[in-house]
Amino acid sequence: MSGMSKIVKTITSIAFPFTMIYGLYIIAHGHLTPGGGFQGGAVVASRCAMILFAYGSVWTMGKIKEKHLSGLESLGAIGFICLAFFGLIFGLQYFFNNFLVGEKGLNLIFNQLAIGASNINTAGVLPLMNFAVGLKVIAGLFGIVLVMAYATSLKEGK
Amino acid sequence: MIFNIPFIAVAALVLIGLYAVVFKRNLIKIVIGITLIESGVNLFLITLAYRKDSTAPIYTASPGGIMSMPVPHALTLTSIVIGVAVLALMLSLVVYIYRHYKTLDVRKIGGGEEE
Amino acid sequence: MSKRNIAAVIFLVIVAVFFVFSALMMHPFGEPEKTEMDQYIIDNTQGETGADNGVTSVVFDYRGFDTLGEATVLFTAVASVILIFRRLKK
Repeated sequence: MSGMSKIVKTITSIAFPFTMIYGLYIIAHGHLTPGGGFQGGAVVASRCAMILFAYGSVWTMGKIKEKHLSGLESLGAIGFICLAFFGLIFGLQYFFNNFLVGEKGLNLIFNQLAIGASNINTAGVLPLMNFAVGLKVIAGLFGIVLVMAYATSLKEGK
Repeated sequence: MIFNIPFIAVAALVLIGLYAVVFKRNLIKIVIGITLIESGVNLFLITLAYRKDSTAPIYTASPGGIMSMPVPHALTLTSIVIGVAVLALMLSLVVYIYRHYKTLDVRKIGGGEEE
Repeated sequence: MSKRNIAAVIFLVIVAVFFVFSALMMHPFGEPEKTEMDQYIIDNTQGETGADNGVTSVVFDYRGFDTLGEATVLFTAVASVILIFRRLKK
């Protein structure tokens, strides 16, 4: 599909960082306010799809190949499974154990890292899992929209 | 009888989706019917989690009182994400069928009509 | 009206009667029957998990296996869509 006029392109470029920060805020504060990995990932993916509509799919496909997006999604999935396996090694004998809660040996250092006004580092493994799942959802949904928009702009009978 | 209006709304959504899947000929309308059935099921899951005069199950700046049950909320989250993934796969298959057969009528693709 | 249409209409009427009858026979809206498991989760979520959000602690901590299965389904769907359109591009 072809891009839109110059006014749309300018306004999209200006408003792009503000809504990205809003979506990343929803992912990062998943254990304190409503939200989490899946919801914030959907917000950021729809923001990236708006860039696709404003600039045209041929230009976007020249900048971002889909194998980079596929690699990012696999990275998110591997991070999620590694965090689940660490509960098996460091904690007790349970899969998926939440091993960073409480005041034991390593936790005294880890839990002092980000004490501030909103206390983002209180729930152990949960914020790290939110980041991994959020990265996976962003790469997956943006990859689907990009591939479908590019493939419908080819000629018939090819 | 007027106390069960959410359950009657769920039944209406599923029945309209089922009518679209059985009686329509265009492939895109059948896909829309499947999406309506999924929306009805998600609404049913959320309806089961309500207690009388309760608020959201979150402790940050909560107004107090009893809270809703959090387990069906988690199941609905999973169901919505799976619905999006299945819808993307169905639509890409419809594009592939159109490239090959040049028509979207569901009675003309395949081996032909049975006698 | 062919035979297929008449059979479809009869099937749809039977399913509609079944759905509406069971929607009127459900428990009254707002009074669920057994709530012991959810009451335990609401009371102990701040002590055991450290999170303020009840839904996030259920999705990632008490029921983490369902999230693992959902991540697998999402990955499979994205891989299938990219596979279909790679064939159309060549």
